[in-house]
Amino acid sequence: MDFAAIVVLEILYMIAFLALISAGLAIVFGMMRVINLAHGEFVMLGGYATIAAAKHGINIYFAMLVISPVVVGIIGLIVERLIVRFLYGRMIDVMLATWGLSLLLIGLVTLIFGNTAVSVPAPIPGYQIGHYQMGGYNLFVIAVAALLMCAMWLVLRYTRVGLVARGTMQGAEVVAALGYNPSTVYMLTFTVGAALSGLAGGVMAPLTGLLPSVGGAYVAKAFITVITGGAAVIAGTLSTAALFGTVDQIVSFASTPVLGEIAMLALALVLLRLMPQGVTGQFFRNST
Amino acid sequence: MSASGFGVGRIRWNWFAVLAVLLAVLPLASETNTPTLLAIWSLFALSLALMWGYAGIISFGHAAYFGLGAYTYAIASFNIGESTVPFLLALAVPALVAAIIGAMMFYGRISDVYLGVTTLVVTLILNRFMNATAGDAYRIGNARLGGFNGIPAFPTLNVPGDPTTQIYGTAYYYVVIVSLLAAYLICRWILASAFGRALIGIRENELRMELLGYNVPAYKTAIFAVAGAMAGLAGCLFANWAEIVTPSVFGLGQTAEVLIWVIVGGLGTLVGPMAAAVVLGSLKLALGHQTTIDNSLVLGAILVLVVLLIPRGFAPSSVAWRRRFAQSQVRRRQARGKRRRRIALQEAEP
Repeated sequence: MDFAAIVVLEILYMIAFLALISAGLAIVFGMMRVINLAHGEFVMLGGYATIAAAKHGINIYFAMLVISPVVVGIIGLIVERLIVRFLYGRMIDVMLATWGLSLLLIGLVTLIFGNTAVSVPAPIPGYQIGHYQMGGYNLFVIAVAALLMCAMWLVLRYTRVGLVARGTMQGAEVVAALGYNPSTVYMLTFTVGAALSGLAGGVMAPLTGLLPSVGGAYVAKAFITVITGGAAVIAGTLSTAALFGTVDQIVSFASTPVLGEIAMLALALVLLRLMPQGVTGQFFRNST
Repeated sequence: MSASGFGVGRIRWNWFAVLAVLLAVLPLASETNTPTLLAIWSLFALSLALMWGYAGIISFGHAAYFGLGAYTYAIASFNIGESTVPFLLALAVPALVAAIIGAMMFYGRISDVYLGVTTLVVTLILNRFMNATAGDAYRIGNARLGGFNGIPAFPTLNVPGDPTTQIYGTAYYYVVIVSLLAAYLICRWILASAFGRALIGIRENELRMELLGYNVPAYKTAIFAVAGAMAGLAGCLFANWAEIVTPSVFGLGQTAEVLIWVIVGGLGTLVGPMAAAVVLGSLKLALGHQTTIDNSLVLGAILVLVVLLIPRGFAPSSVAWRRRFAQSQVRRRQARGKRRRRIALQEAEP
């Protein structure tokens, strides 16, 4: 019984983790068809922002929930203005340019912080289920991911901002004719996407510790979650995060975490082959 | 992307001969360790340039075949000893894996971004798996896979049929150079053949080729396998150069580097990516000797700038620049002639 509870909690945590690190990429890909391969580095920068702020005595919750998104959002804004905005509509070129950016950011962070691991202790103590010790902070991650998904859904579905954003993605000319500047909408969307990546990095920082190269671990998982999810931002991310999280954890419990990850990647291959337009190209067609 | 200026099947034989002679006498002037490595990278870049530049198939996981070639050679040479069969296996295994993955993708009509993800995921799976193979449980015959530490000290290439005579140093340099030049000629031959022309047709307009009756997935799968074999050859040569294989041959860094070489050198050319591999490879080695500037910082900056400023790469752009310069010269000459005529007329008038 205790064991079952733990498995369920770990699965939930994995789903939350995948949803959290994919949210920023999903916004940028789902709404603008732009693949940001520097996404992992945005997450990494969010983590560094949180740890740097925490080391300077700032409250860690404030650091991860406010400082990280703001810092990475600003970086995203700069990147959009300097690089991405020239490449809209050239999908492969965007991928290459952002891959270059990712290498550049890794190099830059290595120069500034050095190639050593830094970490910050989790602010919530663990607790006991039967004989098993569980990380209390995992519950916080699950809560943040759930709130984030709800907030994204509400904003996209029920606010004027969300309406304009979705409108721009469907028909930029029409939105322009109605008096909104598509270029500004793209810029803000990319900035919000980057800010969400920063938030993910900040929230994950106490659990994982940080190296300049840590982004590589995030970008692959976020990438397959978003692409196999398909065009619908929230339904796609949630459905694939749930699927991959469950498979990963069940295989991990049955064998080793490495096999869990491999099972997840192999499942992604199969899904891509069967549904090249993503899960939401097949099911949940009219969702957000 | 027109291929103008780059005759599809034309080799400038005089340039080829000059280069071959220069490469042949190079060991007289310098040590051969670094040139060997640069030639191997050049071969790796060539394999992606063929597939991406001419057939339009982008792979974000080309390192998979490089790594498979390296691992296949290492494992087989441990088990067989004599190096001829392992060498051939190092071409065959990557080609076979590429054919299977290629068939899965191309018959499933997976294209652009999805192609990128699929190839990337394959590389990641191999990387994760090889990293986790530490311990005695993971062994193939006599070869322990060794996990993160890789496979060291396998028998390196020997003279075919004579396992006691190993090929190393300058002799190995010549093996690599001959492989590189032969691979280049094979690429040229492929591109000049009907098969190669069909590939270029597919790159330009897939639907039209399909309607003309070409079996597009079969063509794409075939070139994917050829490029896989070539990358496997590069990986096998690399394994013999380094005398150790580690999971980093499957790494994202390896994939990123070869993409950068090809995009900087230019899509739709073979010489451009090969030269870019040599130049950027030398730069990487030079940066490796110092610690102030990080290597990936420089590579990343180069990639971003090239995609933004010269998205066609250096080789095609330099042809365009030369042509533009020649045209401007002609125009200037014409303008000068016109001016002279006008002056002559004016002088003649009164």
